[in-house]
Amino acid sequence: MRKSLYLAFGFFLLFTWGVAAKTVEVCESCPVKSIKGAIALAKDYDTVLVKKGTYYEFDILIDKPLTLKGEGYPIVDGQKKGEIIKIISDNVTVDGLFIINVGVSYTTDFAAIRVTKSEHFTIQNVVLEKLFFGIYLEKSSNGKVYHNKIIGDAKDEYNSGNGIQLWYSHYVDVSHNHVQGTRDGIYLEFSDNITITKNTSTKNLRYGLHFMFSDNDVYSQNTFEENGAGVAVMFSRNISMQNNTFRKNWGPAAYGMLLKEINDADIQNNTFEENTVAISIEGSNRITYKDNDFIKNGWAIRVIGACYTNIFVGNNFMNNSFDVSYNSKLNDNEFRSNYWSDYTGYDLDRDGTGDVPYRPVKLFSYIANKTPETIVLLRSLFMDIIDFSEKVSPVFTPDNLEDAQPLMKKRQ
Amino acid sequence: MGKVLKYSFYDLVRSRWSYIYFLFYLALGFVLLFLNSDLSKAVITLMNIIIVLVPLIGTIFGTMYYYNSKEFTELLLAQPIKRSHIFLGQYFGVAGSLSLSLAVGLGVPFMTYGLLRSNAIFDFSLLLGVGIFLTLIFTGLAFNIAISNENKIKGFGYAVLLWLFMAVIYDGIFLLSLIVFEEYPLDTFSMVATTLNPIDLSRTLILLKLDISALLGYTGAVFKRFFGTQLGFWVSMLVLVLWTLIPILRLKYKASRKDF
Repeated sequence: MRKSLYLAFGFFLLFTWGVAAKTVEVCESCPVKSIKGAIALAKDYDTVLVKKGTYYEFDILIDKPLTLKGEGYPIVDGQKKGEIIKIISDNVTVDGLFIINVGVSYTTDFAAIRVTKSEHFTIQNVVLEKLFFGIYLEKSSNGKVYHNKIIGDAKDEYNSGNGIQLWYSHYVDVSHNHVQGTRDGIYLEFSDNITITKNTSTKNLRYGLHFMFSDNDVYSQNTFEENGAGVAVMFSRNISMQNNTFRKNWGPAAYGMLLKEINDADIQNNTFEENTVAISIEGSNRITYKDNDFIKNGWAIRVIGACYTNIFVGNNFMNNSFDVSYNSKLNDNEFRSNYWSDYTGYDLDRDGTGDVPYRPVKLFSYIANKTPETIVLLRSLFMDIIDFSEKVSPVFTPDNLEDAQPLMKKRQ
Repeated sequence: MGKVLKYSFYDLVRSRWSYIYFLFYLALGFVLLFLNSDLSKAVITLMNIIIVLVPLIGTIFGTMYYYNSKEFTELLLAQPIKRSHIFLGQYFGVAGSLSLSLAVGLGVPFMTYGLLRSNAIFDFSLLLGVGIFLTLIFTGLAFNIAISNENKIKGFGYAVLLWLFMAVIYDGIFLLSLIVFEEYPLDTFSMVATTLNPIDLSRTLILLKLDISALLGYTGAVFKRFFGTQLGFWVSMLVLVLWTLIPILRLKYKASRKDF
């Protein structure tokens, strides 16, 4: 008797759950015409299905676990009046919406989708245009930002926002997103254990990806192209950067990657192509640079100061104007078994490594560091001559900075 | 003038040195493009060679030709021909044949590698234009040196020194002054200093057309704002024209007053 009672109760539960997870439809001819109305009507764990159409709504507050799903990319137009969707509940999924016209403010960071103090959220297949901030996660952890497209039209840094911003958010998976034309494509502040994979971040005003005070993060297989200043990784520990592509970050202040106060990081298998400065390093210690390709950059590696115990091994340096630039005579970094296209040595014992060490720091790069104006003498005969004499007997450049076993052929 | 020019030109075009110079550029062009069929990269490498070699050949060839054809010149002077016609004819003969060697020698390989279908054509024409300007300028300077020095050895010495100064020493002084005065704003200074030396001017003009201009950082931005605009381009062209005209005018002046 008791057993069947349990069974009945169980069925009852299943039944009510089945009822609970119902779908509330929103469309122009439906009983529910607004997203706000549908959310008010919905119970926990319901799905709000938004049909194709245009919805002029803003300040949509999601305060219960819901799935907000768009069908055929319905347009949610905020008419530049403020924030559009704000999530303050756990277990919320936002899927397949086309959100435009986020309000611009100088005092409040209006976002297209804001997640506040919530967990287990998923934001996917969302398209954002004409935005201020795109997806803004604050103190929200264990979520997923997947396959979104954020296309901004930022013109000035002071009145534009970031594409995807994480603030005090941990264990978030940001992948397959496309961000362009915002201030910072992806911005992390005080966010640990974040995984950023297979994103594309291009044509952003400032940084394609920006780390601040965020530890133990991984970013891999991303593409960063034509950003105003490239990618900046600052004041963070244990960051792993792998298989990323940094291309065409050209300009007087553009970097492929800017490292500042980064310790114990791992930079592997990345490709840096046609950047003004591929990697600019400042105050960064114990970093391993392995198997990266530096192709046609202005400066491949620019060391500004206080960088100790870094290891550069197995990288390809090809056709860069300057391979390595240092601003001091002190060197505590190790260069080993890299391929340098400027290497002119020989390999008599045919073991694949050159018999004479390669000195990657040219005297000209040292001078240009001290007096930037001298760069106008780039590619002049005089500079070639003094570079040659410095190469023969180093006086100004760190004399222990050399690759003792330069590779003769580039690493495939 | 046309007749003297024609004779000098034909004389030079048939000479061994013209062929060697022409074949050198031909070989250089083909080898460069064979090793790396990217036209715009080849333009950069060529620039490095052109801005050093063209002035050197111009100066040496100019002085050499002047001294070698001195007897012929004296013979011509005995004829009823205007002096300026004789000297300018010779000058344009030399400069013309050198320019022809350069243009054809580099033009042929680039044409065969599809220059006309690529977008490097503007860079390449700029390079050729600059090369021809440098030839005109340095041949003119060489003629000036030769006409002012009876002594062959002295003349050669000055000519080589002139090249060395323009190609190397000038940049050395430029660099030193940039370092010494690094506390001061140097944009205008470096712009003027670049404009005053035709070799530096040519180098900067080409560099700014290629996309490594961003390398130049802030200074580059200043430069680009000047040289990158129509105005800057025409100002630099004007300076190159002045650099060409002044030696020619001086040559004309000297030639009409020199006692042979």
